[in-house]
Amino acid sequence: MDVVLIAVAALMLIAVVGAFAFRARSRADHRRGAIEPPPSQVLVEPPPAPLEVEPAPVLTEPRPAALDVGERARLRDRLGKTRAALAGYLRSVTGRAVDDDVWDELEEALLLADVGVGTTSDLLDAVRARAAELKVRDADEVVALLRSEIEGLLDANPDRELHATPGRTSVWMFVGVNGVGKTTTIGKLAAQQIAEGKLVVLAAADTFRAAAAEQLGLWAQRTGSEIVRGDEGADPGSIVFDAMTSAAAKGADLLLVDTAGRLHTKHNLMAELEKLRRIVERTPGALHEVLLVIDASTGQNGLQQARQFADAVDVTGIVLTKLDGTAKGGIVLAIQRELKLPVKAVGVGEAVGDLIEFDAREFSAGLFEGDS
Amino acid sequence: MFDALSDRLEDIFTRLRGRGRLSEKDVDQIGREIRQALLEADVNVKVARSFIERVKARAVGAKLHEALNPAQQIVKIVHEELVATLGGETGKLTVSSKPPTVILLAGLQGSGKTTHAGKLARHLKSQGRQPLLVGADLQRLAAVDQLRTLAQRIDVPFFSESSDPVTVARKSLDEAARLGRDYVIVDTAGRLQIDTELMGQLRDVRDAVGPHNTLLVVDAMTGQEAVNVAVAFDEAIGLDGVILTKIDGDARGGAALSVKEVVGKPILFAGTGEKLDEFEVFHPDRMAGRILGMGDVLTLIEKAEETFDDEQKARAEEILREGEFTLEDFLEQLRQVKKMGPLQNVIGMLPGMPKEVKEADLDDRELARVEAIICSMTPAERLKPAIINGSRRTRIATGSGTSTVEVNNLLKQFGQMQQMMKQMGVMGRVMQKKAKKNKKKGGRVTPKGTKPPTSKSPGTKGGFPGLGPGGGMPDLGDLGGFPGLPKR
Repeated sequence: MDVVLIAVAALMLIAVVGAFAFRARSRADHRRGAIEPPPSQVLVEPPPAPLEVEPAPVLTEPRPAALDVGERARLRDRLGKTRAALAGYLRSVTGRAVDDDVWDELEEALLLADVGVGTTSDLLDAVRARAAELKVRDADEVVALLRSEIEGLLDANPDRELHATPGRTSVWMFVGVNGVGKTTTIGKLAAQQIAEGKLVVLAAADTFRAAAAEQLGLWAQRTGSEIVRGDEGADPGSIVFDAMTSAAAKGADLLLVDTAGRLHTKHNLMAELEKLRRIVERTPGALHEVLLVIDASTGQNGLQQARQFADAVDVTGIVLTKLDGTAKGGIVLAIQRELKLPVKAVGVGEAVGDLIEFDAREFSAGLFEGDS
Repeated sequence: MFDALSDRLEDIFTRLRGRGRLSEKDVDQIGREIRQALLEADVNVKVARSFIERVKARAVGAKLHEALNPAQQIVKIVHEELVATLGGETGKLTVSSKPPTVILLAGLQGSGKTTHAGKLARHLKSQGRQPLLVGADLQRLAAVDQLRTLAQRIDVPFFSESSDPVTVARKSLDEAARLGRDYVIVDTAGRLQIDTELMGQLRDVRDAVGPHNTLLVVDAMTGQEAVNVAVAFDEAIGLDGVILTKIDGDARGGAALSVKEVVGKPILFAGTGEKLDEFEVFHPDRMAGRILGMGDVLTLIEKAEETFDDEQKARAEEILREGEFTLEDFLEQLRQVKKMGPLQNVIGMLPGMPKEVKEADLDDRELARVEAIICSMTPAERLKPAIINGSRRTRIATGSGTSTVEVNNLLKQFGQMQQMMKQMGVMGRVMQKKAKKNKKKGGRVTPKGTKPPTSKSPGTKGGFPGLGPGGGMPDLGDLGGFPGLPKR
């Protein structure tokens, strides 16, 4: 408690001093007239409401064509497509003897892929040891060693399956920070699962962001899923509860719970997430997956995200989104290394079929492709 | 957001402390450490390299001048270099001589364009401007709904239609003219910088509206990719500035440094939370200060300013002037502090806090316990804690569900706090006198248009020099780590 008291005292001091100074400042401003409201315009403003235009009908209508899951994209194809124009990063290394420059270039390649300082030096140390052991002279062989090291790390616990129990409602929860693509991921998964003949219910437990429920609602229309939603600002717990009841009553195979994006540093929001998990767990054995969605362009903060979310809701796997860009998502290596969380799906585009299985070989190859 | 980076640098400098001057080897060592810290903070590898070269060049050069203290010297150099890199004009939108001024927002998916379109509109509106929000993101499902909802919330007109982004953008100008709006904020769909088709479309949107401000919206959590994104968007549509979003998390935000370095355009604004008012002008000096562990007092003061109402501020002044401080006041302040956000975050902005305090796991629930203890006291006890004897302590402990030990602790700490406030009061009065003296001599210049404070309102301008906007807060650091507080 002492620490807290010190903290409060110090804050108070600041606040008092600050309030003091601001009072003086705002008085000064007032004299200057700086904060006077601008003179009212002669122009009469019409109220904003009638200006609105209905959203694009093309968006609200189901687009069956897009739902043709068809061939799922392959990671290599996608990576190849987007990175074809880029020269192989390590081309410069090819054919050279191993020297310090080669190691530096390897380090830089890993760092540029967001693998992170710690994981990078661990990986390179391991490869250095192996290379010395095998008396490797050629840079290409070192790269091969590095790739196998990375694959070994990624495949340490290769449970990449999205689990469900046939004959009962299995629940998958989706969590993550803002803007990583949770809702879109759910839309794609719903489409894929429905294509496999499953009955899918979506729970729109993101009641915070404006129009998040609408977004999921449009996905429900497009995919033919059921959706349980409430008003904006409603208690997400009640929506999850209703969704559990509704999914059970309908005999749904899958319930996908969309949660509001939240920064892992916000204690109260993380507590809310824990509560959502507890509500799902009231039905024993229903919760099968808690998936942390991570944007491939995320830097080292991704590890912190994974730690906090894992701590709060016991994450079972990672969905790595937006890997179709030049971002390489190397942060999942750090996450895998520390938290042993497998990547269970990868987003590589905007189409429904663009959510695919993760492949350690293709991923590690992708890490070394392209220069920036 | 740069907290951990500052810790790293502090570690290095602690090791350097006690040594006379920098050898070249030291400079190399520091360079490596700073590089690692920058990389861990997601600064792009290449940006980090050039940044360190600059710091090193200056460090070696500076060595030629008689060095005062190596650690301080490096801190100063890194700080200046960070400010220089992050700096430029912030918060200054280019205003068109002929309204409306058009602002185009672009960026990757999920970087926060739509939310920040809303925030920017709110910001402009609060300055008496009349923005029009334009939803040209016809790609993502419900993006238009999202912006429309935000527009309603802040009572700003909204325009979109179900044609195509370019048409929407073009028609929005007519709409703005019809409604007499002086700002137009165009939200576009998120896109990958390598998607040539969508980048081409973005160019068309730009050409259709001729934006005066083309802003890239970048997530503070972005890693190495930030450089690629910034360069590609700059090449495709020509950027005028950057909005850095989600800096309220614990990402160290090296992306800010990377983007600034490669694009060379200022970071104008920063998004500091999910709510529409959590949006501020980007402060490079503050950010650099945070990197170096100097705390972020100005942001804190601004936060306090928002949280405290006039009556409370008047009371705060009185406390400081009189040096009299009761548990009642403490309770009031405590509640205000709670409103300012999680304790941990707020503490992070404080300069000169001992590391133990910064790193302690501050549980906001502790605040509730303190509150409960004070609430279990009678008004008389709150005004005069001296009357709290053994049986009262027991009663208070029982009433608040705590133990007498905790009650004792609180009282003891509170005693020390009172002491501190008294000292502050004395100091305030002394400085006030000094300030008055100076004024008589015509020594101190008051800002244009301000009258010297009346006798009723103490001369704060004189009392706390440098507290004006953008200034530092040198006095506070010299207070010796808050007198009266036990060092743990």
